Amino acid sequence: MSSSHSYPHEPTGVETRKLGMWVFLSTEILFFGTLITTFMIFKGSDFPGMKLTDVYDIPFTSISSFILLMSSLTMVLAHNALEANDQEKTRVWLLATAMLGAVFLAGQIYEFTEFYHKGFELTTNIFSSSFYVLTGFHGLHVFIGVVLLLALWGIGQRQKGLTLEGGMNLEFVALYWHFVDIVWIVLFTVVYLI
Amino acid sequence: MTKIIEPSKQSSIFRRPSSETGIWSWITTVDHKRIGIMYGYAAFFFLLIGGLEALILRIQLSQPDNNFLTAAEYNAMFTMHGTTMIFLAIMPISAAFFNYLLPLQIGARDVAFPRLNALSFWIFIFGGAFLYSTFIFGTAGAPEGGYLAEEVGWLGSAPNGGWFGYQPNAGMKYSPGTAMDYWAIGLQILGIASLISAFNFITTIINMRTEGMRFMRMPVFTWMTFAVSFLLAFSLPIIAIALFYVTFDRKFGTTFFLTEGGGDPILWQHLFWLFGHPEVYILILPAFGIVSEVLPTFSRKPLFGYAAIVFAGFGIAFIGFGVWAHHMFASAISPVAQAGFGLSTMVIAVPTGVKIFNWLGTIWGGKLKLNTPMLFSLGFIGMFVIGGLSGVTHSIVPADTQQTDTYYVVAHFHYVLFGGALFGIFSGLYYWFPKVWGKMYNESLGKIHFWLMMIGFNLTFGPMHWLGLQGQVRRTWVYAEETNLQFWNIVVTVGAFIIALSIIVFMINWIFSKRNGEKAPFDPWDARTLEWTIPSPTPVWNFSTAPIVKSLDDFWHTKYSEDEEGRAVKREEADQILLELEEDGLNPSEHIALPNPSYFPIVLASGLPFLGYAVIYKSIPLALIGTVLLLIGGFGWGTEPLEEEIHIDSDE
Repeated sequence: MSSSHSYPHEPTGVETRKLGMWVFLSTEILFFGTLITTFMIFKGSDFPGMKLTDVYDIPFTSISSFILLMSSLTMVLAHNALEANDQEKTRVWLLATAMLGAVFLAGQIYEFTEFYHKGFELTTNIFSSSFYVLTGFHGLHVFIGVVLLLALWGIGQRQKGLTLEGGMNLEFVALYWHFVDIVWIVLFTVVYLI
Repeated sequence: MTKIIEPSKQSSIFRRPSSETGIWSWITTVDHKRIGIMYGYAAFFFLLIGGLEALILRIQLSQPDNNFLTAAEYNAMFTMHGTTMIFLAIMPISAAFFNYLLPLQIGARDVAFPRLNALSFWIFIFGGAFLYSTFIFGTAGAPEGGYLAEEVGWLGSAPNGGWFGYQPNAGMKYSPGTAMDYWAIGLQILGIASLISAFNFITTIINMRTEGMRFMRMPVFTWMTFAVSFLLAFSLPIIAIALFYVTFDRKFGTTFFLTEGGGDPILWQHLFWLFGHPEVYILILPAFGIVSEVLPTFSRKPLFGYAAIVFAGFGIAFIGFGVWAHHMFASAISPVAQAGFGLSTMVIAVPTGVKIFNWLGTIWGGKLKLNTPMLFSLGFIGMFVIGGLSGVTHSIVPADTQQTDTYYVVAHFHYVLFGGALFGIFSGLYYWFPKVWGKMYNESLGKIHFWLMMIGFNLTFGPMHWLGLQGQVRRTWVYAEETNLQFWNIVVTVGAFIIALSIIVFMINWIFSKRNGEKAPFDPWDARTLEWTIPSPTPVWNFSTAPIVKSLDDFWHTKYSEDEEGRAVKREEADQILLELEEDGLNPSEHIALPNPSYFPIVLASGLPFLGYAVIYKSIPLALIGTVLLLIGGFGWGTEPLEEEIHIDSDE
């Protein structure tokens, strides 16, 4: 038996951490899939009390959705800047992405508070329950994304700066962030528009 | 001579753990072998607890109208028995095999994410401890309009709504107190552990295979790990969301599964079994993999129909997502759905049958060596076929509605999960014992264990078929004397104690052989897969140099060639090759970079139970403690340097 000296060997050519993230995201689809399916079932059911249409403010949510979408753009800009090895710009765009995410979150918190004031609460009816659990679960994802982005930004402050390889790398976080954005496009359509 | 020099310490916010022996080395380890061993012991501990709960149940049922347990205690015991055996015993013991063997079988030095691996182990430990803390902190009160006593003892203060947690029975109205919250959140935490290990194993198999280890050259055990990981990755999210809903229903007043608020209890059943049926294959496929390794080795023949076994495994995994409603034939689902799920249930028997015939084909005409692992594998085939056949009877809807919630079902799934999964697991424990400990187990004690378990198992679960068909109902804590069920119930109880005895024999064998067993050669079974090409016990670096694989069963072909009739003939140079392999395996010639131990997996994992308690008791301080632990763990994790080298220096 012969041997070689090539550890680690990546037969697929895809970086292992990135591959792990892809597998993780495929699981996330099932998480959101189950939530969305349940939401749709209850949305179609005959429930008493308030509907989302009684309380929502489409222009407001559209703007906050637009802000979240823009954060995907800044994420790409951060990635491009890092590929050009421009540490300064990378940090700026990372911070911009985190901030846009934070603005979206603030918008969601504001929206939830408004709904509560108007009497659309978690236990109002089966629809409101599934609405809050679904959008709240997504909000939690955005929150984790913002924490990851800020952590990445913090790591970028160090002497060495960021690289495209290594543990908590930018590509890894970017994949997650884009996924969370895409899920929101689906949620916005399913929850608010249909 | 070689020696390992301590890893050089790099600056980090916290000091890197550096001990290589003692308790800290185990707490901070990221070595897949050590994690595997810890998984094994922890799971075996829970297996003993789950077994103890089973014995308590059997004592209660040994006499008609017995009052050894109260109804509330009986409910708690069967719930904890099922939950423990599935989530805390069989699943983690499979994880022990995955952890230890997977990197070895694909020629890797560790899994793709060693620290995540440690994290999933510690989450499992904290999840199990959290679930069992219900005996100390949990409360289970009397449901409205029920006849259970208001006050229950500590034995009854455990989750009591069944491992399937059917709604609305497991809701606040019928299961008051906190016990079912411990169940819902405990399973949630355990689910996180399994999910993380699923990502880890999928990534490892895709990306860590050594040169030449193409997919169709991977050992079947690795394939089954792959299939199980996909099943976990795609089924656990469903139960996780369903458990979220349960927790919201119980703690925050929503009505997802409660009809009075427009919710749907049947939705819980759908979501639960959409996870629950793949879960059945999560439990059994690892045993399929183990048996597929053991049978060819001791039949001295290649596995019959390698590709068929692999694809049948994935066929089972795939169809496994399309049969869930056969658990719900007695619930309100339409006749069309009943017919459809009845058919798909028959269909899933096909790939399972393919496997059985492949195993029989493997044994056929082989030079069988009937030692303990082989006996357990053969026992597995026999018992699993019985369980599989009684399983197919459930696809006939009218028959199933008769059998639902009787002991016939209990008999069926114990034949599959005990006679199947657990026999396979014991086969694997004996088979790989020499590789893990470098010692041989005691063959006679092993055989005594097998025969005692075989007899005890059939005495326990065989008569349950008849009891079930005679109408003994599941989950009731007494039966009347007039029902004439007493005789077989006593037989069952005696059988259960024989199983307990066999487990004691196993433990004696394990402890004795680990201390005083004969020294094991590195390839004691004349086996076929890569883990047998390295010394026993496995050195910390696994492979001195990355092996290159040229064919399926590469190691076997290194040792044997074929004559004209296709019989195996030992190569002349085989002994020399083995000697060289052992020499090389013990003396690596290059610098080996191993992942460093870390404190952060356990810190991160320790945050989760606090968050769980915080939800149960709606306590902000506990939530803060949990979050802070998560943040410390995550921050330390993100900032500690990834890899440092363990230098292996030759000093003559």
